[in-house]
Amino acid sequence: MESLVFFFLAAFAVTTAVLMVLQRSPLVSAIYLIANFFALAALYLLLRAQLLAVLQIVVYTGAIMVLVVFVIMLLNLADETRLRPRIAMRTWITIVLSAGFLAEVMYALLAGGTPAHGPLVSAGAESLGTVESMGGALFGTYLLPFEITSLILLVAILGAVVLAKKKG
Amino acid sequence: MDVPLPYYLCLSAVLFVIGAAGVLTRRNAIVVFMCIELMLNAVNLTLIAFSSFLGSIAGQALVFFAMAVAAAEAAVGLAIVIAIYRNKKTVNIDEINILKW
Repeated sequence: MESLVFFFLAAFAVTTAVLMVLQRSPLVSAIYLIANFFALAALYLLLRAQLLAVLQIVVYTGAIMVLVVFVIMLLNLADETRLRPRIAMRTWITIVLSAGFLAEVMYALLAGGTPAHGPLVSAGAESLGTVESMGGALFGTYLLPFEITSLILLVAILGAVVLAKKKG
Repeated sequence: MDVPLPYYLCLSAVLFVIGAAGVLTRRNAIVVFMCIELMLNAVNLTLIAFSSFLGSIAGQALVFFAMAVAAAEAAVGLAIVIAIYRNKKTVNIDEINILKW
């Protein structure tokens, strides 16, 4: 049952990702990417990472993709969909490089290294991704990185405002 | 969890390669940006899969910080796109080459 759900979600995620890359219109691309993020959130749930599944939807589709769609509409990129046709040479080089990279990673994964099946540690894995255990880790072991994150966000806010501001 | 770990890693590798191919072929800066988000998410999936299978919270904490950095990156990246569009009236990355040489 669980593997059935996994294969459905995996097929969905790969399909939406491919459609996103092939789509000419940036807005439709963004919609496909949002669908892809939902599939990934469901996969996180399958891995018992409940808090991150919720954050995936809230942060990625709720904040980042809204920002992307906002910018696409703000810039009115309708005429940009007719960018000049892609150079065939570059496309072929990309396909060869990507296929080579994928073959390399697949070989590394399947030829050895990782264990073939089953969780290594199953005890306590069910409650690993809950808000309680994540909160304990973030405000305990990872307190300093957590505080530094707030600094990064502050700098990003100021940077975004300064960059997007109209020069007076 | 009856889905083995390598399945998740393979899915993540496929998504990463699709994102990388998108970055290399697409010419629209915003679509390139979205492809980078896809690559970030592929890596997040790897981290969460390892975290769950090894029974360690460290991977999930790292994904939490990666999400925060991705949000910051989105804000700054899109602000840069807006600033470039205001100056050059295009988001085609072939025509944005002011830092090339």
